[in-house]
Amino acid sequence: MDKLIVEGLRKRYGNNEVLKGVSLRAKAGSVISIIGSSGSGKSTFLRCVNLLEQPNAGRILLNGEEIRMVPDKNGNLKVADSRQLRRMRVKLSMVFQHFNLWLHLTALENVIEAPIHALRLSRAEAIARARENLAKVGLNRAIEPMYPSHLSGGQQQRVAIARALTMEPEVMLFDEPTSALDPELVGEVLRVMQRLAGEGRTMVVVTHEMSFARNVSNHVIFLDNGTVEEEGPPDQVFQVQRSDRLKQFLAALIE
Amino acid sequence: MIDLIQQYWQQYLWGTAGRPTGLVVTLWLTAASLALGFILALPFAILRVSKTRWLSVPVRVYTYVFRGTPLYVQLLLIYTGMYSLDAVRGTPVLNAFFRDAMNCTVLAFMLNTAAYTTEIFAGAIKATTFGEIEAGRACGMSNYTLYRRIILPSALRRALPAYSNEVILMLHATTLAATATVPDILKVARNASSDYYLPFVAYGIAAILYLCISFTLIWLFRKAENRWLAYLRPVSTR
Amino acid sequence: MFLEGYGPQLWDGTLETIQLALLSLALAFVLGLIGAAAKLSRNPWFSVPANVYTTLIRGVPDLVLMLLLFYSFQDLLNRITDAFNQPQFDIDPFIAGVCVLGFIYGAYFTETFRGAVLAVPAGQLEAGAAYGLTGHQIFRRILFPQMMRFALPGISNNWQVILKATALVSIIGLHEVVKAAQDAITGTSSKGASHAFIFLSVAGLIYLALTSLSNLVFLLLERRYSLGVRQSEL
Repeated sequence: MDKLIVEGLRKRYGNNEVLKGVSLRAKAGSVISIIGSSGSGKSTFLRCVNLLEQPNAGRILLNGEEIRMVPDKNGNLKVADSRQLRRMRVKLSMVFQHFNLWLHLTALENVIEAPIHALRLSRAEAIARARENLAKVGLNRAIEPMYPSHLSGGQQQRVAIARALTMEPEVMLFDEPTSALDPELVGEVLRVMQRLAGEGRTMVVVTHEMSFARNVSNHVIFLDNGTVEEEGPPDQVFQVQRSDRLKQFLAALIE
Repeated sequence: MIDLIQQYWQQYLWGTAGRPTGLVVTLWLTAASLALGFILALPFAILRVSKTRWLSVPVRVYTYVFRGTPLYVQLLLIYTGMYSLDAVRGTPVLNAFFRDAMNCTVLAFMLNTAAYTTEIFAGAIKATTFGEIEAGRACGMSNYTLYRRIILPSALRRALPAYSNEVILMLHATTLAATATVPDILKVARNASSDYYLPFVAYGIAAILYLCISFTLIWLFRKAENRWLAYLRPVSTR
Repeated sequence: MFLEGYGPQLWDGTLETIQLALLSLALAFVLGLIGAAAKLSRNPWFSVPANVYTTLIRGVPDLVLMLLLFYSFQDLLNRITDAFNQPQFDIDPFIAGVCVLGFIYGAYFTETFRGAVLAVPAGQLEAGAAYGLTGHQIFRRILFPQMMRFALPGISNNWQVILKATALVSIIGLHEVVKAAQDAITGTSSKGASHAFIFLSVAGLIYLALTSLSNLVFLLLERRYSLGVRQSEL
């Protein structure tokens, strides 16, 4: 049974068509990596899934329920029912490249903010869940009263992951989660993500980290110039390398 | 309304040969106050950033007092207050000076704008990147040369946006001259208003005149910024 | 006593000044939020009037606007009362002062808030939306607190300007500090010279005290709203 179905997503900026009909199916427990060069549309695709960007065409279904969209006057699709969108977004947590923690709130407050105000949990329950998840990402209680600007990048991203987990999402979206981190901090975040994958969470990850795509995910999508050039299990994609573009892309990475 | 305009248009703009009024007086007040204030502010700003306490503290007190009190009060103090002092009325030079409304007004405006300008320039001087100063010292420049060729030119350019703001504010401040009976645009408007009982028209014309001057000044400053601050503009991407 | 018995009047005048400044600040604050929202809006029906508002107000001197609005409204009111054969109704200078100062500085606050909103990193707001918070929640819990931090210097600046601008309202007859000082001067004119200097100096010192107090308050506010921001080490 598919948790997330995206069909034929198209996105245009002016005359530049960034997404030319991209589709994705995520079963429960699958970890999908989306790889590709810059400008291939990977982040745009992910941001269309939770409608931070407005697609021009396509369908998005979460747990079988379709997000109703209607065309607006600019040719984009806009959400028909904002309450439905919010309900959907609550089930789709996103981890951003630049963390996007709320700077005026402490680490703990960051994690409990959405559960209290969007999920309507009680403060006590939210804190309990938050503590569990902060521990899960490897942060101890000392971090709770600290502000994001006093944490390292790796710590901030792990707080962001804890924030995403505390919403108990159906599908987790990761938008280049390690791209803004110093190399020595990348590992700690990838380890957390690996652990989550091992727990059977459904994850869609846009990434440059080929080791993750290869070893942790069970499905890889190679996006090039707005279309799915190749997709399949990691072994098949990385070893067989059917398309030339993929060969070029992987070769350039090794240099 | 047409009568008012016909009767007063000349006074609004330039008055008569012997008695200038209106626009020319306003422009003169603005220019004189700004020029004198600028000349005063340059040395004051240098003193203000000095590390020697007995040099910087008097300037700090001066700017604190003049920026912390209304210009109207300062004007009244100089125009009415000073003249009330026996010491002033006793000395012939001071007596003659403080009797004249125009003198008092320009003095008050000058001291006020100098205070704000000093702070603006001081801030700009402090913002000079240390590397530039080091480079100058490494070449063997004296402090005087350093200031003249490196610090002040870059500081003055940096101060341009803030100073352009101050210029507009000074233009607005000249309206206070009307309270000291100096015949600027606002004074003419007051006269016209009480003459014809048409406050909306009389003050409306004044407002339009000030708008025009403001827009002209803003336009001039934008051109100045384009010319002198071009090196600070972000590199345009593709 | 060197204030010649005008102490109470100066005190009353000071209170009037403070009240006038605070109420004008409140009005200007609200108008500024509305104006900033309008100016940032994508709807030209909102953004164009807001632009006209800020451009006109900031291009015309306060005193001219004050006299224009006050005397025009008084004139209009007089014509209306005349037309209905009613006795003339004088606009209370305090209310006039609040309305005019609030209206004028609303334009300056519009610019302050607009700049502050633009300074909040967009990613924070995106995260709020991505986690299912409503627009209202995003504004109240994320945008507003962070915006205030950026807006504080501008608010402090505008407040100081409003405080000093209250002196102008004495010109339309309000009994605040400057008017009290001027009354004291005319009241003691028979007693000889120098009083003008003394009373005006006292008025100046009162303003200095008010601005110094304001500086202190804003320093404390800045500390409260800057939680979570690493101050750059100089």
